[in-house]
Amino acid sequence: MRLRPLVALCLVLGPGLASAADLVVSAASSLTDAFQSVGKAYEAKHPGTHVVLNFAASDVLLRQIASGAPADVFASADQPAMDKAVEAKAIDVSTRQDFATNRLVLIVPRDASVRVSSPADLKAPAVKRVAYGDPASVPVGRYTKAALERQGLWDTISAKGVLAQNVRQSLDYVARGEVDAGFVFATDAAIAKDKVTVAATVPTPKPISYPIAVVAASKQVAEAKSFEAFVQSAEGRGILARFGFEAP
Amino acid sequence: MGDVWIPLALSLKVALWATAINLVLGVAVAFGLSRWRSPARELVDSILTLPLVLPPTVLGYYLLVLLGRKGAFGGWLDRHGIELVFTWQGAVIASTLVAFPLVQKAARAAFEAVDPQLESAARVLGLREVAVFFRVSLPLAARGITAGALLAFARALGEFGATLMIAGNLPGRTQTLSVAIYAAVQAGHDDTAAIMVVVTSVTCVVALLLAGWLSPDHTRRSRP
Repeated sequence: MRLRPLVALCLVLGPGLASAADLVVSAASSLTDAFQSVGKAYEAKHPGTHVVLNFAASDVLLRQIASGAPADVFASADQPAMDKAVEAKAIDVSTRQDFATNRLVLIVPRDASVRVSSPADLKAPAVKRVAYGDPASVPVGRYTKAALERQGLWDTISAKGVLAQNVRQSLDYVARGEVDAGFVFATDAAIAKDKVTVAATVPTPKPISYPIAVVAASKQVAEAKSFEAFVQSAEGRGILARFGFEAP
Repeated sequence: MGDVWIPLALSLKVALWATAINLVLGVAVAFGLSRWRSPARELVDSILTLPLVLPPTVLGYYLLVLLGRKGAFGGWLDRHGIELVFTWQGAVIASTLVAFPLVQKAARAAFEAVDPQLESAARVLGLREVAVFFRVSLPLAARGITAGALLAFARALGEFGATLMIAGNLPGRTQTLSVAIYAAVQAGHDDTAAIMVVVTSVTCVVALLLAGWLSPDHTRRSRP
Protein backbone atom coordinates (compact mmCIF):
# COMPACT_ATOMS: atom_id res chain seq x y z
CA MET A 1 0.00 0.00 0.00
CA ARG A 2 2.79 2.35 0.87
CA LEU A 3 4.22 1.94 -2.62
CA ARG A 4 1.12 3.27 -4.30
CA PRO A 5 2.22 6.93 -4.51
CA LEU A 6 5.56 5.78 -5.90
CA VAL A 7 3.88 3.67 -8.59
CA ALA A 8 1.64 6.60 -9.48
CA LEU A 9 4.69 8.84 -9.73
CA CYS A 10 6.41 6.38 -12.07
CA LEU A 11 3.32 6.22 -14.24
CA VAL A 12 3.32 10.01 -14.51
CA LEU A 13 7.05 10.36 -15.16
CA GLY A 14 7.60 7.21 -17.20
CA PRO A 15 6.09 8.08 -20.59
CA GLY A 16 8.33 11.15 -20.90
CA LEU A 17 11.50 9.09 -21.05
CA ALA A 18 12.94 8.25 -24.45
CA SER A 19 12.68 4.57 -25.32
CA ALA A 20 15.04 2.51 -27.47
CA ALA A 21 12.89 2.91 -30.59
CA ASP A 22 13.06 6.71 -30.44
CA LEU A 23 15.07 8.31 -33.23
CA VAL A 24 16.13 11.78 -32.14
CA VAL A 25 16.51 14.19 -35.05
CA SER A 26 18.06 17.59 -34.27
CA ALA A 27 17.10 19.92 -37.09
CA ALA A 28 17.51 23.64 -37.83
CA SER A 29 14.53 25.85 -36.90
CA SER A 30 13.79 26.63 -40.56
CA LEU A 31 13.10 22.91 -41.08
CA THR A 32 10.37 22.85 -38.40
CA ASP A 33 7.31 22.33 -40.60
CA ALA A 34 9.01 20.31 -43.32
CA PHE A 35 10.66 17.87 -40.91
CA GLN A 36 7.45 17.37 -38.94
CA SER A 37 5.93 16.06 -42.17
CA VAL A 38 9.06 14.09 -43.05
CA GLY A 39 9.02 12.54 -39.57
CA LYS A 40 5.37 11.48 -39.89
CA ALA A 41 5.96 10.00 -43.35
CA TYR A 42 9.00 8.10 -42.06
CA GLU A 43 7.06 6.73 -39.07
CA ALA A 44 4.30 5.56 -41.44
CA LYS A 45 6.87 3.57 -43.41
CA HIS A 46 8.73 2.27 -40.36
CA PRO A 47 6.16 1.23 -37.78
CA GLY A 48 7.69 0.93 -34.32
CA THR A 49 10.05 3.84 -34.84
CA HIS A 50 9.16 7.06 -33.14
CA VAL A 51 10.83 10.16 -34.60
CA VAL A 52 11.55 12.73 -31.88
CA LEU A 53 12.26 16.14 -33.38
CA ASN A 54 14.39 18.77 -31.68
CA PHE A 55 14.36 22.20 -33.33
CA ALA A 56 16.68 25.12 -32.55
CA ALA A 57 19.28 27.32 -34.20
CA SER A 58 21.88 25.05 -35.86
CA ASP A 59 24.70 26.14 -33.55
CA VAL A 60 22.57 25.46 -30.48
CA LEU A 61 21.90 21.94 -31.75
CA LEU A 62 25.60 21.51 -32.48
CA ARG A 63 26.48 22.60 -28.94
CA GLN A 64 23.96 20.14 -27.51
CA ILE A 65 25.31 17.27 -29.61
CA ALA A 66 28.96 18.13 -28.89
CA SER A 67 28.08 18.13 -25.17
CA GLY A 68 26.67 14.62 -25.43
CA ALA A 69 22.95 15.16 -26.07
CA PRO A 70 21.46 11.85 -27.26
CA ALA A 71 20.71 12.88 -30.86
CA ASP A 72 20.95 10.48 -33.81
CA VAL A 73 20.68 12.78 -36.83
CA PHE A 74 21.83 16.40 -37.25
CA ALA A 75 20.44 18.62 -40.02
CA SER A 76 21.86 22.15 -40.10
CA ALA A 77 20.95 25.25 -42.09
CA ASP A 78 24.47 26.10 -43.18
CA GLN A 79 27.87 24.54 -43.78
CA PRO A 80 29.78 26.39 -40.98
CA ALA A 81 27.58 24.74 -38.31
CA MET A 82 28.25 21.32 -39.82
CA ASP A 83 31.97 22.16 -40.18
CA LYS A 84 32.05 22.91 -36.47
CA ALA A 85 30.38 19.54 -35.81
CA VAL A 86 33.10 17.85 -37.88
CA GLU A 87 35.75 19.76 -35.96
CA ALA A 88 34.21 18.64 -32.65
CA LYS A 89 34.12 15.04 -34.00
CA ALA A 90 30.40 15.09 -33.22
CA ILE A 91 29.25 13.56 -36.52
CA ASP A 92 30.20 10.66 -38.77
CA VAL A 93 31.84 12.56 -41.68
CA SER A 94 31.19 9.76 -44.19
CA THR A 95 27.42 10.31 -43.80
CA ARG A 96 27.54 14.08 -44.47
CA GLN A 97 25.42 15.09 -47.48
CA ASP A 98 23.63 18.21 -48.69
CA PHE A 99 19.89 17.62 -48.96
CA ALA A 100 18.21 20.97 -49.67
CA THR A 101 18.77 24.58 -50.68
CA ASN A 102 16.94 27.75 -49.76
CA ARG A 103 16.90 31.50 -50.44
CA LEU A 104 17.37 34.50 -48.18
CA VAL A 105 14.53 37.04 -48.28
CA LEU A 106 13.88 40.45 -46.80
CA ILE A 107 10.41 40.61 -45.26
CA VAL A 108 8.26 43.42 -43.90
CA PRO A 109 5.01 43.34 -41.90
CA ARG A 110 1.93 43.03 -44.09
CA ASP A 111 0.62 46.42 -42.93
CA ALA A 112 4.03 48.13 -42.98
CA SER A 113 4.03 51.91 -42.96
CA VAL A 114 7.58 52.19 -44.30
CA ARG A 115 8.26 51.35 -47.95
CA VAL A 116 11.04 48.79 -48.27
CA SER A 117 11.85 47.02 -51.53
CA SER A 118 15.57 46.30 -51.18
CA PRO A 119 18.17 45.97 -48.40
CA ALA A 120 19.46 49.47 -49.30
CA ASP A 121 16.06 50.92 -48.27
CA LEU A 122 16.79 49.81 -44.71
CA LYS A 123 19.24 52.70 -44.43
CA ALA A 124 16.27 55.12 -44.29
CA PRO A 125 15.81 56.77 -40.87
CA ALA A 126 12.17 55.64 -40.86
CA VAL A 127 13.42 52.07 -40.53
CA LYS A 128 14.25 51.78 -36.85
CA ARG A 129 14.64 48.06 -36.21
CA VAL A 130 15.63 45.10 -38.35
CA ALA A 131 15.47 41.52 -37.08
CA TYR A 132 17.88 38.76 -38.09
CA GLY A 133 19.43 35.75 -36.41
CA ASP A 134 22.45 36.31 -34.18
CA PRO A 135 25.35 35.70 -36.63
CA ALA A 136 27.34 34.12 -33.78
CA SER A 137 24.95 31.19 -33.49
CA VAL A 138 22.20 31.33 -36.14
CA PRO A 139 22.89 30.40 -39.80
CA VAL A 140 20.34 32.84 -41.26
CA GLY A 141 22.18 35.58 -39.38
CA ARG A 142 25.48 34.53 -40.95
CA TYR A 143 23.93 34.53 -44.44
CA THR A 144 22.41 37.97 -43.74
CA LYS A 145 25.70 39.39 -42.48
CA ALA A 146 27.62 38.05 -45.48
CA ALA A 147 25.03 39.38 -47.95
CA LEU A 148 24.90 42.84 -46.37
CA GLU A 149 28.68 43.06 -46.02
CA ARG A 150 29.04 42.43 -49.73
CA GLN A 151 26.60 45.27 -50.44
CA GLY A 152 28.43 47.53 -47.97
CA LEU A 153 25.29 47.86 -45.83
CA TRP A 154 26.25 45.82 -42.77
CA ASP A 155 27.53 48.65 -40.55
CA THR A 156 24.44 50.81 -41.07
CA ILE A 157 21.90 48.03 -40.73
CA SER A 158 23.51 46.16 -37.85
CA ALA A 159 23.16 49.35 -35.78
CA LYS A 160 19.39 48.77 -36.05
CA GLY A 161 19.69 45.04 -35.51
CA VAL A 162 17.53 42.98 -33.20
CA LEU A 163 19.27 39.65 -32.74
CA ALA A 164 16.95 36.64 -32.83
CA GLN A 165 17.73 33.27 -31.27
CA ASN A 166 16.57 31.45 -34.38
CA VAL A 167 15.00 32.22 -37.74
CA ARG A 168 11.45 31.69 -36.49
CA GLN A 169 11.90 34.37 -33.85
CA SER A 170 12.86 36.90 -36.58
CA LEU A 171 9.75 35.84 -38.47
CA ASP A 172 7.62 36.30 -35.35
CA TYR A 173 9.05 39.77 -34.66
CA VAL A 174 8.13 40.88 -38.20
CA ALA A 175 4.72 39.17 -38.10
CA ARG A 176 3.90 41.02 -34.86
CA GLY A 177 5.05 44.31 -36.38
CA GLU A 178 7.58 44.84 -33.57
CA VAL A 179 10.33 45.44 -36.14
CA ASP A 180 10.18 47.23 -39.50
CA ALA A 181 11.85 44.45 -41.46
CA GLY A 182 13.64 41.15 -41.05
CA PHE A 183 15.76 38.58 -42.84
CA VAL A 184 14.50 35.01 -43.00
CA PHE A 185 14.54 32.11 -45.43
CA ALA A 186 12.00 32.04 -48.27
CA THR A 187 10.48 28.90 -46.73
CA ASP A 188 9.86 30.70 -43.42
CA ALA A 189 8.22 33.68 -45.13
CA ALA A 190 5.94 31.24 -46.97
CA ILE A 191 4.38 29.88 -43.78
CA ALA A 192 3.40 33.37 -42.55
CA LYS A 193 2.10 34.73 -45.86
CA ASP A 194 -0.92 36.27 -44.16
CA LYS A 195 1.25 38.40 -41.85
CA VAL A 196 4.44 39.23 -43.76
CA THR A 197 5.29 40.39 -47.28
CA VAL A 198 8.48 39.44 -49.10
CA ALA A 199 10.10 42.73 -50.12
CA ALA A 200 13.12 41.24 -51.89
CA THR A 201 15.10 38.10 -52.46
CA VAL A 202 18.63 38.79 -51.23
CA PRO A 203 21.55 37.20 -53.09
CA THR A 204 24.08 35.56 -50.76
CA PRO A 205 27.82 35.23 -51.53
CA LYS A 206 27.61 31.50 -50.82
CA PRO A 207 24.60 29.38 -51.79
CA ILE A 208 22.27 28.43 -48.92
CA SER A 209 22.58 24.68 -48.56
CA TYR A 210 21.49 22.31 -45.81
CA PRO A 211 23.78 19.44 -44.79
CA ILE A 212 22.62 16.36 -42.86
CA ALA A 213 24.72 13.74 -41.05
CA VAL A 214 24.50 10.86 -38.59
CA VAL A 215 25.69 11.77 -35.09
CA ALA A 216 28.95 9.99 -34.17
CA ALA A 217 27.65 8.93 -30.74
CA SER A 218 24.33 7.59 -32.09
CA LYS A 219 23.38 4.22 -30.64
CA GLN A 220 21.18 3.39 -33.63
CA VAL A 221 23.34 4.15 -36.63
CA ALA A 222 21.36 1.91 -39.02
CA GLU A 223 18.07 3.62 -38.19
CA ALA A 224 19.70 7.06 -38.43
CA LYS A 225 21.16 6.21 -41.86
CA SER A 226 17.77 4.95 -42.96
CA PHE A 227 16.19 8.28 -41.93
CA GLU A 228 18.88 10.19 -43.81
CA ALA A 229 18.24 8.05 -46.90
CA PHE A 230 14.52 8.76 -46.58
CA VAL A 231 15.15 12.52 -46.53
CA GLN A 232 17.16 12.09 -49.75
CA SER A 233 14.57 9.80 -51.38
CA ALA A 234 12.04 11.00 -53.94
CA GLU A 235 9.36 11.00 -51.24
CA GLY A 236 11.50 12.99 -48.78
CA ARG A 237 12.54 15.50 -51.46
CA GLY A 238 8.88 15.78 -52.46
CA ILE A 239 7.86 16.76 -48.94
CA LEU A 240 10.70 19.30 -48.71
CA ALA A 241 9.70 20.75 -52.08
CA ARG A 242 6.14 21.17 -50.84
CA PHE A 243 7.50 23.49 -48.15
CA GLY A 244 9.57 25.45 -50.67
CA PHE A 245 12.97 23.81 -50.29
CA GLU A 246 14.86 23.11 -53.49
CA ALA A 247 16.99 20.07 -54.29
CA PRO A 248 20.77 20.56 -53.95
CA MET B 1 36.34 43.22 -21.48
CA GLY B 2 33.66 45.44 -23.02
CA ASP B 3 31.86 42.17 -23.68
CA VAL B 4 31.28 41.92 -19.94
CA TRP B 5 31.13 45.49 -18.63
CA ILE B 6 28.53 46.86 -21.04
CA PRO B 7 25.96 44.15 -20.18
CA LEU B 8 26.88 44.46 -16.48
CA ALA B 9 26.33 48.24 -16.50
CA LEU B 10 23.02 47.75 -18.30
CA SER B 11 21.93 45.03 -15.86
CA LEU B 12 22.77 47.27 -12.90
CA LYS B 13 20.87 50.17 -14.46
CA VAL B 14 17.80 48.00 -15.12
CA ALA B 15 17.92 46.34 -11.69
CA LEU B 16 18.35 49.68 -9.87
CA TRP B 17 15.41 51.22 -11.72
CA ALA B 18 13.25 48.16 -11.09
CA THR B 19 14.15 48.25 -7.38
CA ALA B 20 13.46 51.98 -7.11
CA ILE B 21 10.04 51.64 -8.78
CA ASN B 22 9.20 48.67 -6.59
CA LEU B 23 10.22 50.56 -3.46
CA VAL B 24 7.53 53.15 -4.17
CA LEU B 25 4.93 50.82 -5.69
CA GLY B 26 5.52 47.78 -3.47
CA VAL B 27 5.61 49.79 -0.26
CA ALA B 28 2.44 51.69 -1.15
CA VAL B 29 0.54 48.51 -2.03
CA ALA B 30 1.91 46.67 1.01
CA PHE B 31 0.90 49.49 3.37
CA GLY B 32 -2.57 49.58 1.83
CA LEU B 33 -2.97 45.80 2.16
CA SER B 34 -1.72 45.74 5.75
CA ARG B 35 -4.31 48.31 6.77
CA TRP B 36 -7.18 47.12 4.56
CA ARG B 37 -9.86 45.12 6.34
CA SER B 38 -11.70 43.14 3.67
CA PRO B 39 -12.25 39.50 2.77
CA ALA B 40 -10.88 40.32 -0.70
CA ARG B 41 -7.52 41.21 0.80
CA GLU B 42 -5.93 37.77 0.50
CA LEU B 43 -7.28 37.36 -3.03
CA VAL B 44 -5.65 40.63 -4.09
CA ASP B 45 -2.45 39.56 -2.33
CA SER B 46 -2.46 36.23 -4.21
CA ILE B 47 -2.93 37.92 -7.57
CA LEU B 48 -0.10 40.33 -6.79
CA THR B 49 2.12 37.36 -5.87
CA LEU B 50 1.52 35.64 -9.23
CA PRO B 51 4.71 36.99 -10.87
CA LEU B 52 6.69 35.00 -8.30
CA VAL B 53 5.26 31.67 -9.45
CA LEU B 54 4.26 32.20 -13.10
CA PRO B 55 6.88 31.23 -15.69
CA PRO B 56 8.67 34.40 -16.86
CA THR B 57 7.69 33.46 -20.42
CA VAL B 58 4.04 33.83 -19.44
CA LEU B 59 4.74 37.30 -18.05
CA GLY B 60 6.78 38.12 -21.17
CA TYR B 61 3.87 37.05 -23.34
CA TYR B 62 1.41 39.19 -21.37
CA LEU B 63 3.73 42.18 -21.67
CA LEU B 64 4.28 41.63 -25.40
CA VAL B 65 0.55 41.33 -26.08
CA LEU B 66 -0.18 44.36 -23.91
CA LEU B 67 2.70 46.66 -24.81
CA GLY B 68 3.65 45.54 -28.34
CA ARG B 69 3.00 47.86 -31.28
CA LYS B 70 -0.14 45.89 -32.08
CA GLY B 71 -0.95 45.39 -28.41
CA ALA B 72 -3.95 46.66 -26.47
CA PHE B 73 -1.99 49.41 -24.75
CA GLY B 74 1.03 49.48 -27.06
CA GLY B 75 -0.86 51.07 -29.95
CA TRP B 76 -1.73 54.02 -27.74
CA LEU B 77 1.86 54.26 -26.48
CA ASP B 78 3.14 54.11 -30.07
CA ARG B 79 0.96 57.06 -31.08
CA HIS B 80 2.47 59.03 -28.21
CA GLY B 81 5.98 58.15 -29.29
CA ILE B 82 6.66 55.82 -26.36
CA GLU B 83 8.44 52.61 -27.28
CA LEU B 84 8.85 49.83 -24.74
CA VAL B 85 9.44 46.69 -26.80
CA PHE B 86 13.17 46.28 -27.58
CA THR B 87 14.18 49.14 -25.28
CA TRP B 88 15.90 49.11 -21.89
CA GLN B 89 12.77 50.65 -20.41
CA GLY B 90 10.96 47.48 -21.51
CA ALA B 91 13.55 45.47 -19.59
CA VAL B 92 12.87 47.65 -16.53
CA ILE B 93 9.15 46.86 -16.78
CA ALA B 94 9.83 43.11 -17.03
CA SER B 95 12.21 43.18 -14.05
CA THR B 96 9.87 45.37 -12.01
CA LEU B 97 6.97 43.00 -12.56
CA VAL B 98 8.97 39.89 -11.70
CA ALA B 99 10.51 41.40 -8.56
CA PHE B 100 7.41 43.21 -7.31
CA PRO B 101 6.11 40.46 -4.98
CA LEU B 102 9.45 40.28 -3.17
CA VAL B 103 9.19 43.92 -2.04
CA GLN B 104 5.44 43.79 -1.48
CA LYS B 105 5.58 40.62 0.67
CA ALA B 106 8.49 41.85 2.79
CA ALA B 107 6.99 45.30 3.23
CA ARG B 108 3.57 43.98 4.19
CA ALA B 109 5.09 41.70 6.85
CA ALA B 110 7.15 44.64 8.13
CA PHE B 111 4.12 46.95 8.34
CA GLU B 112 2.06 44.29 10.10
CA ALA B 113 4.84 43.89 12.67
CA VAL B 114 4.65 47.58 13.60
CA ASP B 115 2.97 47.99 17.00
CA PRO B 116 -0.37 49.77 16.32
CA GLN B 117 -0.10 51.45 19.73
CA LEU B 118 2.90 53.44 18.52
CA GLU B 119 0.85 54.72 15.57
CA SER B 120 -2.09 55.51 17.90
CA ALA B 121 0.24 57.37 20.23
CA ALA B 122 1.50 59.48 17.35
CA ARG B 123 -2.07 60.33 16.39
CA VAL B 124 -2.92 61.27 19.98
CA LEU B 125 0.12 63.56 19.95
CA GLY B 126 -1.48 65.36 17.01
CA LEU B 127 0.31 63.92 13.97
CA ARG B 128 -1.71 63.69 10.77
CA GLU B 129 -2.03 60.29 8.97
CA VAL B 130 0.62 61.18 6.38
CA ALA B 131 3.02 62.18 9.13
CA VAL B 132 2.24 59.01 11.10
CA PHE B 133 3.22 57.00 8.03
CA PHE B 134 6.46 58.81 7.31
CA ARG B 135 7.60 59.37 10.90
CA VAL B 136 6.41 56.19 12.64
CA SER B 137 5.27 53.30 10.40
CA LEU B 138 7.82 53.63 7.63
CA PRO B 139 10.92 54.03 9.85
CA LEU B 140 9.83 51.03 11.94
CA ALA B 141 9.30 48.91 8.80
CA ALA B 142 12.40 50.19 7.00
CA ARG B 143 14.63 47.20 7.79
CA GLY B 144 12.15 44.65 6.43
CA ILE B 145 11.51 46.79 3.35
CA THR B 146 15.22 47.16 2.66
CA ALA B 147 15.71 43.40 2.92
CA GLY B 148 12.86 42.89 0.44
CA ALA B 149 14.33 45.52 -1.86
CA LEU B 150 17.72 43.77 -1.89
CA LEU B 151 16.07 40.46 -2.75
CA ALA B 152 14.17 42.25 -5.51
CA PHE B 153 17.41 43.78 -6.76
CA ALA B 154 19.05 40.34 -6.97
CA ARG B 155 16.00 38.92 -8.73
CA ALA B 156 15.84 41.86 -11.16
CA LEU B 157 19.54 41.48 -11.92
CA GLY B 158 19.00 37.86 -12.93
CA GLU B 159 15.76 38.38 -14.89
CA PHE B 160 15.91 36.54 -18.19
CA GLY B 161 12.73 35.07 -19.65
CA ALA B 162 10.36 38.03 -19.63
CA THR B 163 13.23 40.40 -20.45
CA LEU B 164 14.25 38.44 -23.53
CA MET B 165 10.67 38.42 -24.78
CA ILE B 166 9.91 42.10 -24.29
CA ALA B 167 13.32 43.75 -24.60
CA GLY B 168 14.95 41.28 -26.99
CA ASN B 169 18.65 40.85 -27.52
CA LEU B 170 20.11 44.13 -28.74
CA PRO B 171 23.82 44.27 -27.88
CA GLY B 172 24.66 47.44 -25.96
CA ARG B 173 21.00 48.45 -25.70
CA THR B 174 18.96 45.67 -24.14
CA GLN B 175 21.47 42.86 -23.82
CA THR B 176 21.60 42.43 -20.04
CA LEU B 177 24.04 40.06 -18.32
CA SER B 178 21.69 37.09 -18.32
CA VAL B 179 20.78 37.59 -21.99
CA ALA B 180 24.46 38.08 -22.88
CA ILE B 181 25.32 34.83 -21.07
CA TYR B 182 22.64 32.99 -23.02
CA ALA B 183 23.89 34.41 -26.34
CA ALA B 184 27.53 33.66 -25.45
CA VAL B 185 26.83 30.04 -24.53
CA GLN B 186 24.80 29.53 -27.71
CA ALA B 187 27.65 30.90 -29.77
CA GLY B 188 30.18 28.72 -27.95
CA HIS B 189 31.99 31.64 -26.31
CA ASP B 190 32.34 29.81 -23.01
CA ASP B 191 35.18 32.02 -21.72
CA THR B 192 33.08 35.19 -21.96
CA ALA B 193 30.08 33.35 -20.50
CA ALA B 194 32.15 32.07 -17.56
CA ILE B 195 33.33 35.58 -16.60
CA MET B 196 29.77 36.91 -16.75
CA VAL B 197 28.45 33.95 -14.74
CA VAL B 198 30.97 34.65 -11.98
CA VAL B 199 30.21 38.40 -11.98
CA THR B 200 26.45 37.72 -11.74
CA SER B 201 26.87 35.13 -9.00
CA VAL B 202 29.10 37.37 -6.87
CA THR B 203 26.77 40.37 -7.24
CA CYS B 204 23.74 38.27 -6.26
CA VAL B 205 25.53 36.70 -3.27
CA VAL B 206 26.48 40.17 -1.99
CA ALA B 207 22.85 41.34 -2.35
CA LEU B 208 21.56 38.23 -0.55
CA LEU B 209 24.12 38.60 2.26
CA LEU B 210 23.05 42.21 2.77
CA ALA B 211 19.38 41.18 2.66
CA GLY B 212 19.96 38.46 5.26
CA TRP B 213 21.92 40.83 7.48
CA LEU B 214 19.12 43.40 7.34
CA SER B 215 16.22 40.98 7.77
CA PRO B 216 14.22 41.37 11.03
CA ASP B 217 14.88 37.74 12.11
CA HIS B 218 18.59 38.26 12.00
CA THR B 219 18.39 41.40 14.12
CA ARG B 220 16.30 39.65 16.71
CA ARG B 221 18.59 36.65 16.93
CA SER B 222 21.81 38.61 17.19
CA ARG B 223 20.47 40.89 19.91
CA PRO B 224 21.67 39.93 23.41
